Amino acid sequence: MAQGGVVRRVVIVGAGHGGFQVAASLRQHGFDGAVVLIGDEPHLPYQRPPLSKDYLDGKIGFDLLQMRPASFFDEHRIELMSGQAVAAIDRPEKAVALADGKRLAYDHLVLATGARNRVPPLPGIELDGVCYLRDLAETEALKERLAACRNAIVVGAGFIGLEFAAIARGKGVPVQIVELVDRVMARVVCPETSAYFGREHQKTGVEFSFGTSVERIAGAGGKVSHVVLGDGRTLPADLVLISIGVVPNEDLAAAAGLAVANGVVVDEQLLTADLGISAIGDCASFPSRHSLRNPVRLEAVQNATDHARCVASRLVGKPYAYEALPWFWSEQGALRLQIAGLTTGFQQVVLRGDYEKGEYSAFCYAGDKLLGIESINKPADHAFARRLLAAGKSITPTEAADPSFDLRAAAMARPG
Amino acid sequence: MPQVTYVSHDGQRTTLDVPLGTSVMQAATLHGLDGIVAECGGSCMCATCHVYVQEDQIAKCPEMELGEDAMLDGTASPRKPNSRLSCQLVMTPEMEGLVVTMPETQT
Repeated sequence: MAQGGVVRRVVIVGAGHGGFQVAASLRQHGFDGAVVLIGDEPHLPYQRPPLSKDYLDGKIGFDLLQMRPASFFDEHRIELMSGQAVAAIDRPEKAVALADGKRLAYDHLVLATGARNRVPPLPGIELDGVCYLRDLAETEALKERLAACRNAIVVGAGFIGLEFAAIARGKGVPVQIVELVDRVMARVVCPETSAYFGREHQKTGVEFSFGTSVERIAGAGGKVSHVVLGDGRTLPADLVLISIGVVPNEDLAAAAGLAVANGVVVDEQLLTADLGISAIGDCASFPSRHSLRNPVRLEAVQNATDHARCVASRLVGKPYAYEALPWFWSEQGALRLQIAGLTTGFQQVVLRGDYEKGEYSAFCYAGDKLLGIESINKPADHAFARRLLAAGKSITPTEAADPSFDLRAAAMARPG
Repeated sequence: MPQVTYVSHDGQRTTLDVPLGTSVMQAATLHGLDGIVAECGGSCMCATCHVYVQEDQIAKCPEMELGEDAMLDGTASPRKPNSRLSCQLVMTPEMEGLVVTMPETQT
């Protein structure tokens, strides 16, 4: 192969959606060499999206979170090393060093290290009662606390904060969300969609403090008791969820001399400058066809698993440039949000459907270029949006606004 | 306990116990069956748990909702009249003995 010899031994760092999928896809392709999957959590690889939804809500147990049963890894000769942290990459020797001192040689290394919670440097952040919602252990702790919670404060009105708020309100817990900017999900949706979601959450009793910072978290006896806001207000709290986003786990790569810039820098085949190392998923910054080849780093299951398939295919000698359409979803109580494409930099929004009723799509344009489509309780639009955008097709703002325009026909039509 | 038979694209049959209230998708991933990907974990968001229900058993399955109908237009393998998303096939007593065939590809 072009990438420095035959690949007989693939080591994957990170056993989340991306890492797991690399291993599974390699075997699906008939890869016969060794596959080592290293994860720092003590569990079998599991699905993360339900953590902030059905799992937190107590509707499903861990058995339904597992990607595959333990037997799957044996049957497919995937050497799963759970509860193991990787300390360093030795590029000249093509090996990784584990935290416990063990060394593992690789022909190809896949970094699927994901991301970690962004932790604000707030006084009181270490207090008992400050929670996060990213991995299973955090969700377990949060779930336990939520059961006895009297006042929950959420810092950050993104997907995670809002998904948590919907579940907490469902359990009758008072929720106050503190958000630095003036609307919910400001980083990912258009103002119209922010307004709709903000209003719906308010209807269920969620209170918002927009344009507000947190000054400090106050406690008594080591436990959270209040949150002090930048505007001087003091809110009582026995649970504070920090949901202000994540930062990529790029330290391993950086320490090994690989380029990092908001993620491990990779090319359109998801390769680093070292042809023996790929990076995928939340930790990878890659040039996307859907962002005019500007580097993007996406935090999404779709992104992680499609990246994984691209790398696995390359490792078995069938390389292709990564071009998959990004898509995202969030479920917040009865609200269902699906996004197709990357809408960053939109200048114009065209609403289609019944906005007041909450069954609509927002078509986001830059000039005449359709960047992406947000569908709210409108799964049909989302299905068609994905088809349309994946095929590189577009519809005009006028067509999008016209209720008689047949979106399905446009999406299903042959390319061209 | 009700059983469901999964037929792979190349004709291999696997019969699994599927508890009432569990989806045909959940049982498959829980047993590590190849052929059902279920990327979104069963939220009817991704269309990678596509199955073909044996024709004479379609009426035994829960009725299709709009969301599933739409997502089925985006499956990787061709949609047929007996296409369903297995995450939406939640087991009921009537579905005992269900046979589903998995498509050639889910992604």
